[in-house]
Order: sequence, then structure tokens, then C-alpha cells
Amino acid sequence: MAPLSSEAPAVAGPMTPRPFRVGSRRSETADTWTLTLEPADDGPPPRFRPGQFNMVYAFGVGEIPISISGDPGGEGPLEHTVRAVGPVSAAICRAQEGEMLGLRGPFGSSWPVPEAAGRHLVIVAGGVGLAPLRPALLEALALREQLAGLVLLCGGRSPRDLLFRAELERWGADPGLELGLTVDAAAGGWSGRVGVVTKLIGGARFDPANATAFVVGPELMMRFAVDALLDRGMRAGDVYVSIERNMKCAVTQCGRCQFGPTFACREGPVMELGAIEPFFRTREI
Amino acid sequence: MPTRSIDEIIAAMPTFAGLAPERLELIAGCGRNQGFEAGEQLAREGDPADTFFAIRHGRVALEVAAPGSGEMTIETLEEGDVVGWSWLFPPHRWSFDARAVEPVRAIAFDGACLRGKCENDKELGYELMRRFAGVMLDRLQATRLQLLDVYGAAVE
Repeated sequence: MAPLSSEAPAVAGPMTPRPFRVGSRRSETADTWTLTLEPADDGPPPRFRPGQFNMVYAFGVGEIPISISGDPGGEGPLEHTVRAVGPVSAAICRAQEGEMLGLRGPFGSSWPVPEAAGRHLVIVAGGVGLAPLRPALLEALALREQLAGLVLLCGGRSPRDLLFRAELERWGADPGLELGLTVDAAAGGWSGRVGVVTKLIGGARFDPANATAFVVGPELMMRFAVDALLDRGMRAGDVYVSIERNMKCAVTQCGRCQFGPTFACREGPVMELGAIEPFFRTREI
Repeated sequence: MPTRSIDEIIAAMPTFAGLAPERLELIAGCGRNQGFEAGEQLAREGDPADTFFAIRHGRVALEVAAPGSGEMTIETLEEGDVVGWSWLFPPHRWSFDARAVEPVRAIAFDGACLRGKCENDKELGYELMRRFAGVMLDRLQATRLQLLDVYGAAVE
């Protein structure tokens, strides 16, 4: 019998998960964790663009698409921020330091941050929608000299449900970034805003004729946010949303994530509103 | 720096913007400047709603107190927002607490004074009612979105 090889299997492709080891885990909220993942095969971590996702495999449980939440310009391990809402995401959130997960990717389209040079960049995040937008914000902060302005509008269910709280404080103190933060409800002790995130759009400082907007959140929140951006005078072609459908294969073979004439795993998840407007509000899609 | 009159101040607020100068003067005649320290109440649930406020500066929380839960903030209002519409409708009673989260400067309007002017000048009454209806619509839409709890339930 031939000895077991430590080399990668001969048959590998986009459907073969690559083993990654959990480097660290950090609690963001009661049900959301940020994991750092390091390749277990001694290869480098994959390069990615802001907005791209990986298929993350909890061995023996299942595989789901998770956006990358780390710094695209960083040399460190991959970061994924995961909310436990089902058996697979709960298993990923439970993964301890040193445990193995499988990864396929990165897949999908990305936030056009460099294309926003010379313009105001408005980032609107609802709930865990801040996770896929964090790489875009980090890239925008690195390119801030090229932007006319940078606005982050962030909404959450309650103060204890906000992600990246230490960074939010830092971003709030950054004079080069206008941060609007609000929660849907709050008990005593919260001196910030209470109300829906879409309400912040009307008062944010940006020129709608020269702005690019990125929006991520539950689809209902995105619809209202998009309306508020268009009401401010923005063009649909300058607004980008993240369409996250039921992705299974991530390589356009299974058809589960079809969104009108597009596949969310290939043309998405980041899509220009102008290109998808005819079916963005179609209930059957 | 010259002191601005109340009609000049409210002319820049969304609820009053675009009103004819003589109407702004009429409305301003029922208003006075008022300041609140952080934590001070502007209004208390159940009290007569004989006043409403237009915020010049600062943040106001609308709160409801529930036994065992303490004060829940249901909305915050800021510069340019109006606080209170119960002055328009019987029985003219506050439905929520309103508390200054930080030092607040506001114009406090005498509701009875303004209602009287609206009775005498139906066009002014219509215009104000139309504008407050717009404020109520915006707040109703926002409240519906909050009630949907869009960040709550999620599926894998």
C-alpha cells in the first residue's frame, strides 16, 4: 500500500474544499462570531476583493456562503463574521481555535471602491450587513485621499446587536469619516440614535449627483434604503446592493441562486441597482 | 453675531420651510426659545399636550416606561425635527415621555395659541395639518419598519 501523501489531492477544483484552521474566534454579539482562518496546507491565504465570499464547510454538517469580513489589503489570515441562524452557521460559530473548516473561494463580484475615486462614497449597512461591507470600508479608508467624502450609515436591532463595536468607536472619532449609527430600539443607558437606518440617509452629507452607494442588509431594509437614496437624487447606476440568495455550488452549476437572468454567485453578490432594477422588486424572484 | 428671530429659525426647518413670511410670523408668535439640560424631560406621558417643540440643537428621546423594563427609547429626534403632535388632536395628551439626551435648544410652541390661529385662518390650519400629516406619515413608515424587526429572524 502506498504511503499517505501530505500533498494536495490530485483531483482538485472549485468544488473541493481547502482545509483551513481556526486561528482565533471573537464574539461580536450573543449570536455572531468573527473567526480568523489560516490555510492548513501551508499555502498562502487566498487574495480577495471586498464583497467576495467563500463557501465555508463545517465538516459533517454542511456548507454555506459567508462573505469575507477582513481587510483586503492585509497580509493576515482570512476573516469571516458569522451569525448563528441555522445548523451550519451554528457549527461554524462553535468552531474552536485549532479546529478545521473547509473553504472554497473566493467567489463573486466585488464592491467598486477604486471606481469611487473623486466621488462621495456612502456605505449603508443593516445588522450583520456591516460584515461584508467592512472590507470595502477598510479599502475606502486606505484610499480616502482619493474620495470626495466617506459616509458610513449603520443600523442595528439594539445596541448589543452592533458588530465591530471597538472599530465603530474608532471610526466615529475619525474626522475623515462621517458615521451615522442608529438602532431600532434601546433600553436605558444608550445615548445614541434610535430609529431606522434609512432615516439617516436624508441628513447625511454627500452630493447625490457625485456619489456612489453600497447597501447591505435584509432585503426589506435594502429596498427602503434604496428608495431613500433615490429620493436624495442618486442615480440607480450609482447604487450597489448585495443580493444574497440560496447559493449552493457557487460556480453557476446548480442554479439555486438564479436572480432574474443572473446568478447571485457569479454576477453577484454585489450588483449595480441599475442593472437589476426591473426585477429587484419582483416578488416572485 | 445677530440674534435670529423665531420666524427666521423655523423657516429653515423642514416642517415649516416654504411657508409665506406672514404665516411664519403668525406661527412664531406662539413660540419661545427654551433650553433643556441633558436628562431633563420636555414632556411626560399622560400630561396635557399644550406644547410642542421644534428642535434647534441636540437630541431628544421619545420613551415609554414599562414595569420591569425601565425606559425604552422608541425613537430619537434631532435638529429640525418636531416633537409632539398631540397638541393638534383631542384629548391633547402626551402619549410618550420626551427627554433631552444631551443639552437641547428648542422652540416651544403654545398649542392652544396655534390652534386658535388655525381656527381663524383656515389656510394656515390646512397648511400646518398637511405638514404635520407628512411628519406623521414618515414616522409611521419608520415605525412599521421597526415593527417588522428586519434584523431579527434570519434563515441560513
